[in-house]
Amino acid sequence: MFRAKLPPWLVLLLPAFIIILAVVAIPLILSLYSSFTPYHLTRPDTLWKWTGSFNYIKAASDANFWKAFGRTVLLLTIALNTEMLLGLGLALMVSKVTRGQRALRTAMMFPMMFSPILVGFQFKFIFNDNVGLVNNALQSLGLTDVAIPWLVDGNLAMFAIIFAEVWTSTSVFAILILAGLFAIPQDPLEAAKVDGCTPWQSFRFVTLPFLMPFIYIAMAIRSLDVARAYDIVQVMTNGGPARRTELLWTLIGRTGYVDARMGYANAMGYIAILMSIGFTIYFFLKLQTARRELGMGEM
Amino acid sequence: MAQVQLKNVVKKYGALGVVHGVNLDIAEGEFVVLVGPSGCGKSTTLRMVAGLEDITGGDIVIGDRVVNDLPPRERNLAMVFQNYALYPHMTVRENLGFSLKIAKKSQPEIDRAVDEAANILSLTPLLDRKPGALSGGQRQRVAMGRAIVRQPEVFLFDEPLSNLDAKLRTQMRVEIKKLHQRVGSTVIYVTHDQIEAMTLADRIVIMRDGHIVQVGTPLQVFENPVNTFVATFIGSPPMNLLDGTVQAGQVVLADGTTIPLPPGLHIADGRRVQFGVRADNIMPEGHALPPTAHMAFVDMAVTLTEPLGTETLLYATLAGTEIQAKMLNPRPVSPGETMRFGVALDKCHIFDADTGLNLRG
Repeated sequence: MFRAKLPPWLVLLLPAFIIILAVVAIPLILSLYSSFTPYHLTRPDTLWKWTGSFNYIKAASDANFWKAFGRTVLLLTIALNTEMLLGLGLALMVSKVTRGQRALRTAMMFPMMFSPILVGFQFKFIFNDNVGLVNNALQSLGLTDVAIPWLVDGNLAMFAIIFAEVWTSTSVFAILILAGLFAIPQDPLEAAKVDGCTPWQSFRFVTLPFLMPFIYIAMAIRSLDVARAYDIVQVMTNGGPARRTELLWTLIGRTGYVDARMGYANAMGYIAILMSIGFTIYFFLKLQTARRELGMGEM
Repeated sequence: MAQVQLKNVVKKYGALGVVHGVNLDIAEGEFVVLVGPSGCGKSTTLRMVAGLEDITGGDIVIGDRVVNDLPPRERNLAMVFQNYALYPHMTVRENLGFSLKIAKKSQPEIDRAVDEAANILSLTPLLDRKPGALSGGQRQRVAMGRAIVRQPEVFLFDEPLSNLDAKLRTQMRVEIKKLHQRVGSTVIYVTHDQIEAMTLADRIVIMRDGHIVQVGTPLQVFENPVNTFVATFIGSPPMNLLDGTVQAGQVVLADGTTIPLPPGLHIADGRRVQFGVRADNIMPEGHALPPTAHMAFVDMAVTLTEPLGTETLLYATLAGTEIQAKMLNPRPVSPGETMRFGVALDKCHIFDADTGLNLRG
């Protein structure tokens, strides 16, 4: 009878290896490989044609790709900063509430509980130029006579998307910053009061430095989230009108599944992932600096 | 420098009273120590002076201003906290200079003040470190430096030494005393450690349950405690208290032992009292201070000895109560040995058994 003479450590590690191979490694290698081929979903034989860095060069010289890239970075910058400021304000206010704070914290998280697809539909309705709530309200208040083309004009559509994004995710910042606020030791704040600080100065010089690590953690998490933004945009504008709200992943999704050019889509995907990794590293370094400032040591 | 007055200051949290009408006048440049067991309201009182707690009733006057409703930053005082309360993200230099920066002083001025304070407290080599890289004693010095730099009218200390080990505490105690002699500011210092209170204070304020029990110089409260609480709280070891009844100018203890009343005291027969004597005033014969004019003698069996070097602390039982006595020029004593102890009556106290008040008045 055949009896495998595998060393015990290998036997013990094998289940983990197999799972990792099946779930992560093989798909990853396959997609990376396909990004060097002209792989077309409808012509499987194209998977075996090696074209080297052709797809990458094509993406790098594609104006549409770089516009989508720029728009994604823009969305990241505006959405993250707005969410951070609003979340900070929200957290500061909620932290002062003495009664019913638990209920408030729960209510604050409601937007996170909805599917982004539904949020997309909801805002698509709200910003609709004919039957939408916003135009209705503006016209009823007599602020404007014309129907504002919220989802049709490129800039306005981008604004509407950012608005929906901020509405959904501000609470992520609020919750994390609130956790930070609860963790702040009271002594230095009292010392600051006695040292002559106004409430604003106490916030600026004591509270904020304490909160920075929490803000950077939220930033790192959210940057990954926003960089892969797809659902809300897909529902609200489908990247349109005329690609004016096209983001990296809507472009990649369209290229891969609508145009079936999976090889090219994978190449763009890898560039997008590099960008995400870049953002994560950036915020992680910031986080480490902020922690070192506080004498919290290395992570 | 300024005087501080507390006029009938009250603090309540809802229905719960914490400080019940505290009256205290602190002179310019005086070092006053608030001392008492935990929960006696001493820290709350200090925090009210600092402006970190609202006051429910009464007035607090610093200098000639009523400061009841002024925020801490307008009271011109500095506070040293129990947990140091340093700003962890700032270097020692930034910590020291922070209040001046907030006060919009010029950089050269800040540098000069910081260097001077660092010099006084030997912090100069540590100026560029963060608090996380300092030892407890160093952090405490930074906290003090931060207070000095402001040149405030009043220094407030909230149990500043309680997180330090015994040796460092003694050392810092001396530094605080030197510091006060040097800057001469008014100081209010809160502690639960009666030794700190005795060694540092110009005047001690003993508090219990939100009331001031006694105010006086360290020697006054040591020699003339107003009640049994002060008698047992101030002084180490605490004063021995023996239950008894007055009969014909003598205190009759539970087992029938009699000790004469201290000279000058006339108490009606039958009154239940506590006889108070400090360990320093009850010593075994041959190992005692020279006898005074008013001595009484009791025989006691020693149960335990604590040699301290120049003296030995003896534990003995008298009328069912364990008491502590001091033995000078000690010799070895074995447990169970019966010795004859001399009691210096003129240093003893008689307290009412019910109210605990000192009947010497």
